[in-house]
Amino acid sequence: MPSRTAPSPVRGLVRDLLAGDKRAAAKLISLIEDDEPEAAEALALVYPHTGHAQYVGFTGAPGVGKSSLINQLVREFRTRGKKVGVVAVDPTSPYSGGAVLGDRIRMADTGIDPGVFIRSMATRGHAGGLALATFDAVRVLDAMGMDLVLVETVGAGQSEVEIAGRAHTTVVVEMPLTGDAVQTMKAGILEIGDLYVVNKSDLADPESLVANLRFQIEERDGWRPPILRTSALKETGIDELADAIVQHRALLGSDGRWQKREAVRARQEILENARRLLANRVRAGPTSAGFERLVQEVVRRTLDPQAAAIRLLAAGTPHRSPRARAKTRR
Amino acid sequence: MSMAKKIRVLMAKPGLDGHDRGVKVIARALRDAGMEVIYTGLRQTPEDIVEAAIQEDVDAIGLSCLSGAHMTLFPEVVTLLKKRRAGDIVVAGGGIIPEEDIPKLKKAGIKAVFGPGTPLHDIVAFFEKAGSAKGA
Repeated sequence: MPSRTAPSPVRGLVRDLLAGDKRAAAKLISLIEDDEPEAAEALALVYPHTGHAQYVGFTGAPGVGKSSLINQLVREFRTRGKKVGVVAVDPTSPYSGGAVLGDRIRMADTGIDPGVFIRSMATRGHAGGLALATFDAVRVLDAMGMDLVLVETVGAGQSEVEIAGRAHTTVVVEMPLTGDAVQTMKAGILEIGDLYVVNKSDLADPESLVANLRFQIEERDGWRPPILRTSALKETGIDELADAIVQHRALLGSDGRWQKREAVRARQEILENARRLLANRVRAGPTSAGFERLVQEVVRRTLDPQAAAIRLLAAGTPHRSPRARAKTRR
Repeated sequence: MSMAKKIRVLMAKPGLDGHDRGVKVIARALRDAGMEVIYTGLRQTPEDIVEAAIQEDVDAIGLSCLSGAHMTLFPEVVTLLKKRRAGDIVVAGGGIIPEEDIPKLKKAGIKAVFGPGTPLHDIVAFFEKAGSAKGA
């Protein structure tokens, strides 16, 4: 990148981030999350400094104890001398666009510990259990020097599986009394774990759920996902869970598995960004009048949506500034 | 995509009182007004609150205190923010706060004080203004 005469404020933020400044990290995350004009520059400057941290995703239904478990794990990894970042995602209201982000309540133990950074994030309309900017925030924390970044998805249902393609290690959190053996046979969320946790194992007998899970979970790629019993409340099973996360990283470090996961993520992220840029171009580009014409044709049943999409993309949408567009329209 | 900048507000309860009904009502009202509200729960120290506000990059902090310790706790938050070069984060307070304390709190940098009976609308309008002034 050519050096410019005026020092860019983003460069300053990234420099401070690399020196471990929390305010800079927070500002960079906001800038990317709000999709400010400097977001692309920020991402480009941060990216080369990433690749050190292990990204660990936590998914499971609302209320199974993901936040409390993460809180305990942060403490455990801190005693092992690791620096830990957390990105916790909660849903945005489809009506007001607002959100109440409450995961910090259960993560208050680490308070002002300089080796911990926790960021709450609203989905802002993104489906799949994550926000669009979640893994950009993860990368900011990676560049900051965190050894692990724990990602808490929104309390996911049965099909919020996006996390599996993004994290190095996916932890599926369950709790006793959530259903019979058929529930554990269903496709989706129960297939994606590298580790399974039966949390709240102090509340009810976890053994039938553990047995059902054991019956369904298969060895994949030379790794048999362990099923762990924890109680975040009673603080049991936490060190075993931390050990399992460390073991999984060690496994990934052998025979190019880590690179394979990185490639899966890169593939997903390039496609997702291409989709986003394409959608922006289609909505805001010079063909927007043409787009509305197509919408009307689809409404009138003179064109089907797939044919309309093909025609839209075939029209070609060279990228031009809004101003240039206004001129040609006049 | 081009998302509008969201107003982010941290709602916190400094000190030892356990009454969080009011703060929850306000968190909900701000949510319904389209803001992102980070609620950090009970019994937070001013240091915890400032640390969370910085990590969450909020535009404003709403402090709720019903224990009578507001004269110590509220100004302490403002002081710590300044120390962290985050004095641009707007701080407001609410709770059981005697009339005569309000001018002193404002002098200490608390931008607004909302006592019992304040219409929710006024509180929402305050945070909207605080957030959009900062985002501009």
